[in-house]
Amino acid sequence: MDANNVARVTCPACACLCRDVDLEFDDRGDIVHTYNACRKGAAFFMGSYRENRALPKIEGKPVSIDDAVKSTVEILSNAKNPVIFGLDTSSLETQVLGVGLARKLNAAIDDTSSLCQGLVLERIIPGSMKTCTLDDVRDYSDVMVYWGSDPANSHPRHMSKFSYFPRGKKRQKGWETDRMPICIDVRKSNTAGVCKKFYKIEPKGDEGLINDLLLSLDGKIGGKEIGGKGIDGKEFAKLTNILKKAEHCTIFSGLGLVYSLKNSIKLFDALIEKLNEYAPTHVIPMVGHYNMRGMTQTLYDASGYINKVRFSDGEVDHGSQYSITSTLQGKEADAALIIGADPVSSIPLKTSISLAGIPTITIDAHETPTTMISRVVIPAAITGIEAGGEALRMDGVKHELSAPRENKEVLSDAELLKRILEGV
Amino acid sequence: MEIYQLLPKTNCKECGESTCMAFAVKIISREHGIKECTPLMEDSKYAAEKNKLLEMLKPMEDAGETGLIIHDDKCFGCGNCVVACPVNVANDPEGAAIGDGPSNDKVILKVVDGVVVAQNVGECRRFGKNRILCNACIDPCPSGAIEFV
Repeated sequence: MDANNVARVTCPACACLCRDVDLEFDDRGDIVHTYNACRKGAAFFMGSYRENRALPKIEGKPVSIDDAVKSTVEILSNAKNPVIFGLDTSSLETQVLGVGLARKLNAAIDDTSSLCQGLVLERIIPGSMKTCTLDDVRDYSDVMVYWGSDPANSHPRHMSKFSYFPRGKKRQKGWETDRMPICIDVRKSNTAGVCKKFYKIEPKGDEGLINDLLLSLDGKIGGKEIGGKGIDGKEFAKLTNILKKAEHCTIFSGLGLVYSLKNSIKLFDALIEKLNEYAPTHVIPMVGHYNMRGMTQTLYDASGYINKVRFSDGEVDHGSQYSITSTLQGKEADAALIIGADPVSSIPLKTSISLAGIPTITIDAHETPTTMISRVVIPAAITGIEAGGEALRMDGVKHELSAPRENKEVLSDAELLKRILEGV
Repeated sequence: MEIYQLLPKTNCKECGESTCMAFAVKIISREHGIKECTPLMEDSKYAAEKNKLLEMLKPMEDAGETGLIIHDDKCFGCGNCVVACPVNVANDPEGAAIGDGPSNDKVILKVVDGVVVAQNVGECRRFGKNRILCNACIDPCPSGAIEFV
């Protein structure tokens, strides 16, 4: 490694935002090696800026960026019910501009949290659910529960950098003796393979498990077979005891848990409250996009809600009717601005068809299924490689992103939004 | 014993060992290579056994001095092994021990281009005179990318 051609950066490949990644450049400024980054981070830094870049287009025909911005301003200015979606892979500065644009346009604004971790984040951000930082987990947590999450695949360095393996202030003896990682999942995931305890539950079995845990914590059920969930009674009693006797417990809620508890999330509230009567228990959502936590916080600061918001002449309205799926399925939206997101890959087909039927503008660094159905495509710089900014890690800690390989040919999404804001 | 069964079992001593059984044991301890068995390599009547043995011992050729094999195709680059390795912890208390990337070159394992690579394998606890059967890098691997032969 030639120290002259190496830069230390923060990795935005997932919401862990690892700050110890070194990049090695060749004489042309290309990234040729990554150090300390996981496979996701290495692919992001070495591959993402070279391949599959988006080009400015209107109705599939190449245009200049100026024309694409002009067309965007025209579409948004003429729309009565525009929708803004995304911003989870943009910097905090861009997110503030995006929320400002929604306010100016009287638009509905939503992000991918409404499709995934929103239920947990809307408890954590206002402070109604106890949380802590990943640094606290490293320094103090003796029990960590990966519930419906598989960080080995989704956030590869999560366990090595923050939760299970590192030594911390009060966890000096090492992972063999100091930590008790528990995995609760419907299958034996890669994470379950390295955890000391694995509880396999039936799909949608989370609700039943929480009910049993609540009873067990009250001493109402003991070491007998826990019916129908595939967990042995003795093992279940051990789980209750571990959670009760923890010095500092952290539950990493994954999409498996959130989707399963969609209509009974209050049970989870009750469990965390009950566990806190015995041991300090915290929840950290396993946020996927690197700055989804930032977007939910930005929108909360501006409107009092983390997602599914509609601005209307300075007033704020909130509700499930303003989620991306509802606004598109209800055919209310008459224009959509998608920023750094690919909803066509994740929302139902029916909703994607609705999106294709209205004038859609997509600002993205790459060609995606969403850019393919968009009327206007505006390419943007990749935040974290070509543009800098700030982002919030999954636990809400702010990190600075650098621009180790600036690209003058594309504008950052912040600059693009500034130009659109000036026009509308 | 599997290796011994496939050897010529003639105790010809051409390899320098007094018996084929002794030779088989030294193959396992990596003091001899299978190619040092001249009759097996040259005599066509042992061709089937030779092929079986070469296939059986192929993983040992890819292994480092300590017998460490890292399967690049399976590795996630999570760095669990980097942080869990007791030698890395002792040699880099300010870096690998607290979950950060290694801050010096004394570590055994580090992640390059998204895949773990080994260096300084002589420091590994499975190596040298006082070696022990340490599994600290194997147990934390979520993908089974690390093994010792």
